[in-house]
Amino acid sequence: MRESWPGKIFTVTIGATAAEGGTRARTVTVGGHAALPFLPGDAPSPHRPLVAMEVLDAVPPDWPEHLRGPLADVIGAPAEWARQCVDVYGADLICLRLQSPHPDWQDASPDAAAATVRAVLAAVPAPLIIVGCGHADKDNEVWPRVTEAAKGERCLVGVAVPENYKTLVVACLADGHTILAEAPIDVNIQKQLNILITEMGMPPDRIVLHPGNASLGYGLEYEYSIMERIRLAGLQGDKMLAQPMLAIVADEAWKAKEARLPETAMPVWGAAAHRGPAWEAATAAAFLQSGADIVVLLHPESVAAVKRAIADLTAVPAGT
Amino acid sequence: MFVIGERINGMFRSVARAIRERDANAIADLARRQVAGGAHALDINTGPTGEEPAEVMTWLVQTVQEAIDIPLSIDSPKPAVVAAGLRACRGRALINSTTGAQEKLDALLPLAQEFGAGLIALTIDERGIPRNAAARAEIALAIVARAMETGLPTDHLYLDPIVLPVNAAQDQCREALAAMPTFRTLCEPPPHIIIGLSNVSQGTANRSLINRTYLAMAMAAGCDAAILDPLDKDLMDVLRTAGILLNQEIYCDSYLQSQPA
Repeated sequence: MRESWPGKIFTVTIGATAAEGGTRARTVTVGGHAALPFLPGDAPSPHRPLVAMEVLDAVPPDWPEHLRGPLADVIGAPAEWARQCVDVYGADLICLRLQSPHPDWQDASPDAAAATVRAVLAAVPAPLIIVGCGHADKDNEVWPRVTEAAKGERCLVGVAVPENYKTLVVACLADGHTILAEAPIDVNIQKQLNILITEMGMPPDRIVLHPGNASLGYGLEYEYSIMERIRLAGLQGDKMLAQPMLAIVADEAWKAKEARLPETAMPVWGAAAHRGPAWEAATAAAFLQSGADIVVLLHPESVAAVKRAIADLTAVPAGT
Repeated sequence: MFVIGERINGMFRSVARAIRERDANAIADLARRQVAGGAHALDINTGPTGEEPAEVMTWLVQTVQEAIDIPLSIDSPKPAVVAAGLRACRGRALINSTTGAQEKLDALLPLAQEFGAGLIALTIDERGIPRNAAARAEIALAIVARAMETGLPTDHLYLDPIVLPVNAAQDQCREALAAMPTFRTLCEPPPHIIIGLSNVSQGTANRSLINRTYLAMAMAAGCDAAILDPLDKDLMDVLRTAGILLNQEIYCDSYLQSQPA
């Protein structure tokens, strides 16, 4: 049965070409949906979901060895890492996580973070997502320098949270970026945050939602159902919940013990090398079904699997 | 909740003056303010006029369409004036209104069909205003049956249980509410349920308070459309809040600051 909705999800473009004031060789566009995803017969989505690959400017010492493996040559060199993601693994866009400025990590300076952003922008033609370290005070020092370094590139910058969003909104408005707004798996708080952000002058079509962090076995169904409620509200016409959604998958997936425990500890779980990527891919696949427009992944194997899933889900069935 | 703004009506002195003087700016301003206040559609009524009403209706529709692009509710007791309004209307329209009287239905059902318009239908008929919920439901059933015979989709129907002034017919406020749930069971897809809200407070001292109290009660009874004054901020806040309490919109602390759906 064909379902029609009164509302429509905002269309958001990330990245700007030279003609648009940036330097990207290509831009990406998400959203524009008039129906729930992947339902044959309902309004087809104008834009397929995208796979972003995460690049960190610093990785923790206890990072799982099976995550380190394929990235060993590029860890510590974010520009090279980004280039490998785009050229070798086919990432649609790069999600650069600026972890090093965190006071408990390397306490890197805002200037150093801005230099990293410039280097990554120079290394890849793809659009950029930029995520802070999560330490509110330090993020507020870093964000204005970073958005300025990427001025005009129309990056997606985050994450704005209810306790800390004003500096980021101002920085994104000043330098022409889009904002990533995060709520802790709570549809009411997500809506509240979006209202507060738009009240500062940010247009509702320059917001992407990040409705929380969870993975398979660790809260996935909560995040799934919240994403579904957000999308349903958006389609019903609630403009404060009608934004495209992004899911940062890798972080939570690789925290799962199923992704980390060695074979010696749990032989019945099978080869450890494949468990982490499988955990990422399975989590991402679920979020795609609940309406995620961008999934952010780390491992090349999970990227390949999720790209295959998206291709299968968006393929036009024979005979139509 | 589908909100039809009531303010462009020649019964209001300022609108009558604007019509007389063909003051397009005044009409356009009233249209824009109602939309900004939360109207999804605007009612257009020439009021009593010394001029040719079809001509006035055409001018009003054209003038409002210059200012805003939303559905219009063409409001006149005369089918010829309704037809003139529908012809001038570029976008989606509603007809305000038919009753259960055969003569009215014969004239207006074909117009609704021809223009793909919604049809507001008052549950009164040749016998006059019904005195209880059951009599309202009986007329509603007759209207739905005629609509189905004609081929008008039943979700194009906006059934009005007739709201009467509380100071004149106090018992009828409750009868109109009681009729609403019965209307929903008449057909599939169910008809919309609409009220002309301001009538409930006609001639009373506390109009806004009575209006917004009755609106919340009507929404709880299943009313999903209303002709009302979107410039009444307190009323529109109650409308939003009732929508939240009925789980029609997602709650957040600043819901009143966001644009309604």
